Parts: sequence; structure tokens; C-alpha cells
Amino acid sequence: MTNTAGSPAQEPEAGIRLADVGRAFGPTVAVSGVSLTVPLHGHLSIIGPSGCGKSTLLNVISGLDDPNEGTVEVLGATAPKDRLHSCAWMPQRDLLLPWRDVLGNAALALENQGVRRKAARSQVAGLVKRFGLGSFESKLPHQLSGGMRQRVSFLRTLVAGKEVLLLDEPFGALDSITRADLQQWLRSALVDEPRTTVLVTHDVEEALLLGNQVIVLSARPGRVAAQYATDFPAGARRRELLRMPEFTELRDELLARLEEAS
Amino acid sequence: MTSAQSSPPRTKPDGKTEQRSRDAQRVTPRWRRVVPPVIVLIVVATIWDLVVHLGHVQDFIFPSLENVFRSLGDNWSGVLASATWMTFQEMLFGFLISIAVAVMISLALHTSATLRGAIYPLLIGSQAVPIVVIGPILAIIFGYSISPKLIIVAITCFFPIVVSLVDGLSSVDPDLIKVMRTLDGGRLATLFRVEIPSALPSFFSGLRIAAVYAPIGAVFGEYAGSQNGLGYVLIQATPQLNTDLVFAAVFLLTVMSILLFVLLSLLEKICCPWAGKGKK
Repeated sequence: MTNTAGSPAQEPEAGIRLADVGRAFGPTVAVSGVSLTVPLHGHLSIIGPSGCGKSTLLNVISGLDDPNEGTVEVLGATAPKDRLHSCAWMPQRDLLLPWRDVLGNAALALENQGVRRKAARSQVAGLVKRFGLGSFESKLPHQLSGGMRQRVSFLRTLVAGKEVLLLDEPFGALDSITRADLQQWLRSALVDEPRTTVLVTHDVEEALLLGNQVIVLSARPGRVAAQYATDFPAGARRRELLRMPEFTELRDELLARLEEAS
Repeated sequence: MTSAQSSPPRTKPDGKTEQRSRDAQRVTPRWRRVVPPVIVLIVVATIWDLVVHLGHVQDFIFPSLENVFRSLGDNWSGVLASATWMTFQEMLFGFLISIAVAVMISLALHTSATLRGAIYPLLIGSQAVPIVVIGPILAIIFGYSISPKLIIVAITCFFPIVVSLVDGLSSVDPDLIKVMRTLDGGRLATLFRVEIPSALPSFFSGLRIAAVYAPIGAVFGEYAGSQNGLGYVLIQATPQLNTDLVFAAVFLLTVMSILLFVLLSLLEKICCPWAGKGKK
């Protein structure tokens, strides 16, 4: 299930490990006592009622924020700066730079890492083509549909070359047809470009489609209310999965748990 | 009652039709941008002349448009051409100096919260000091040269530029700053790749406001002491009751102001073609 080939030099046992993590903002406890492990190239989905601290958890993992309690380890690193170094974050809104075309947006991380503009653009051109955006490469964001923009946003995240991708409801703002399309697209993208992902979502189906490990968080303060491992074939298409009895069973179970949690 | 029926209650337009109608609006009416202001100008000019002629207003109180333009023609090569050129230079270079200083100060204010806290109140306070007071002092220091005018134009234009630029720089979506951090964007990368470009539209708004103030600054500067320029023409012509010439000079000031404004709008279109598009 986990693919440890091609892991970095120091051979970390886990992609992400959280031990007893708690984060409070003043008197408000957002998450509390969260422990979880995501193996390298594993895909974790987090679902939970609104305001249960899902996004807080992502911020804490990314190193943009630090927990009050417990430890966070990303590829063996615990310092926020080092975690930030191996995490890329993708929010619900695409937040593309409106003055950069598709290539320019995708190349942003490379330019930030010091690659010259032209070189960065040509480096990402291949990837942009491979993910079906080739004919749009010189379009500006406002010329693209919402789904296209979210694809570009994902590519931008991918190009950063980070091992860990933190996806905060990446398709939450899209209509259901586009969302289904992008779920399938992301599934195959992650087969092509294996990464460790943590996906936060409201959508139980999406959690199952894009995670091989699903965690249900309880209402605030967020605690791990239930944890499931899935073993659906990675190559299977979205539509096939949705018809599998194991899938629907687990989906109903998760929905029930989600109701209990809120 | 039929009018209500003739325009049926619009159901929520989906994003696409709305987009299309906005595009259509943007494409079709070149004439719509030109014709209405021309009509307004003609109407204003007509009323102006009607009032002057029918009311038998005397020329030294309020001249007719014909006389203003006649005066413009008569005095163009004598005084007005060189005066306009002088004032134009004061406006332009004062404006450019103002931009340069404003950009530097805005970046400093943006980078350091301490600096912002320390300097912003002073900046705001300085705006309350009347230019009329500063003008003569500068004239004493620098004499009749162009420098005091440049300084006054720069001071008048400075504030709207700084405010718009500082606002623009700091109004970037905080989530975008977070994204930049996870994409290895350092402080400088964020400044140059995100904050400055997204501040441009706001910056241009500030520039356009400043452009309108620039001629006022130049005229104030010339009032304080000068030997040339449209402000100088105004000081000479007003006590002579040469109101035709006063209005001709004012007309030239207006034209320069509008030209600068239009130029900046064009520049903005070129610099930020994305502005105002597809933003939700």
C-alpha cells in the first residue's frame, strides 16, 4: 500500500507523524490530543463538522503554525521552518496570480527557489502539458474556468517539489460535475507524481476517493473520533469505485460517524 | 403596470451570461466613451455662452467662450506657449519626483510596522500644513527658480500616492502570502512577485488623483514667486481685469490635467491588463 521507493537520504519511517497535538487560540481549543501517522506517499483524508479544526491541523502540520502541545514531525523534522521546507499548501480558493499566465503561475515556486524566469517556464511546460493544460499555457487566470484554475493551482503546488501536499478543501468551491472531474484527475495525478497528501474535505466520497486513510474529527475541540484505512485499487477510476459495495458501505459508515461527531 | 410586465423579473443569471454581457459591454461602445462627454461639453458651453450673451455679462467679469479662445489665440505665441511649457515641466518633473519619493517611503512603511507607526501620523499631519504657507518660504530659499515649484508639486501629489500604494501593498490576500511561504517565497520574492503587482491598480488610482492635484501645486508655486508659467500669467492678468486671458490660462491647465489623467489611465491599461477582470 505504501510506496517507499525513492525516499530521501535519511530514510524517515513516516511522512507525517503527530503525537498528542493540541492547538488553542486563547481560550478556544481548536484541536486537542490528535495523534496520527501518514506513511511516506500515503494519502490521508480528514473529514469533520465545520469548525472542527481541520484547517488548523493543516497549518500546524505545514509549519505555518506550531502546536501548543505535542509534537509534529514531517519527514523526521520537527522545527516549523524545516516542516515548511517539505510542505506545500493548497487552499480552497485557487489564489492564482492574475497577472501571470498558466506557465508563469505554475513556475512560481521554481522562481522563488532561484530559477530564472525563462528556465522555470520551460521546466514546467512539460508538466503542464502532461496534465492536460498544454493548450492553455499562455492564458491568464481570468480566461480560465474555475476547474482549470484549480488544476493550475494544484500544479503550482506540485511544482514546488515538496514531499507533502496539504490540500484544504481544494475542490470545495467547484460545481459537482467539475469536482468529480477533478477528483479523478487528482487521483491519476498522484499516481504519476506520488506524494504524501493530507486532504481536508466536507465531502465523504471525496475523502474516500483521494485518501487511503480517513480520519473523522469530532466537533470543536477536534479530536480523532474514528480512523479508517482503505484499500481500493489506486488505478481504479472514480466511477468504478463509486459502484463498489465496499466503497458505498464505508461511505455510509463514515456519514454516520460524521453525524455522531457533529 | 405594463412596464413591469415588459421586463420580467430576472431570474438569477448564471455566471456565463453575466460574463458575456459584461464582455459585450466592454467591447461595443467606443462611441459611448466619447459621445457623452462631448455632449456634456457642448451643453455646458452653450449654457455658458447663452448666459453671457443674454445676460449681457461684461467680459472682465465673465468672458464669453469666443473671447476666451480668441485670447488664447492672440496670446499663444506671446505668453501662453512658454508659460504652458514652463508649468508643464513643473507639473511633470514635480510629479515624477513625487512618485520616486512616495514609492521609496511606501516600501519602507510597508516593510516595517515600527516605521509605519512612527511616520504615518507625521505624514498625515503634514498634509494639514497649507501649501500657501510653504510656498513663500520655499521662494525665499530657492528664489524664482524651478526648484520651489517642483517641491510644491511633489508635496501636493505625494500624499495620495503614498496612501494608495501602502494600502495596495498591504491589502494582498493573507492566504496568498501563506501560499507564497509554502512555495519557498521569501520576503523579497513575495514583495516583488505578489505584493507590488497586486498593488499596481491601487497605485494607479493614487497617481490619477495626484495628477489632478499637480497643476494646482504648480500654480501655487508660481503664485509664491515666479517669472513665467500659467500661474504667473494668472497673477498678471487678474488685477488687469484681463479675464479672457485668465480663463485661457485656466483652460490650458485643465487640458494638461486631463491629458495627464488620460495618459495614466492608458499606462494602467498597459501595465495591469488583468485589473478588474474575473475578480470575484
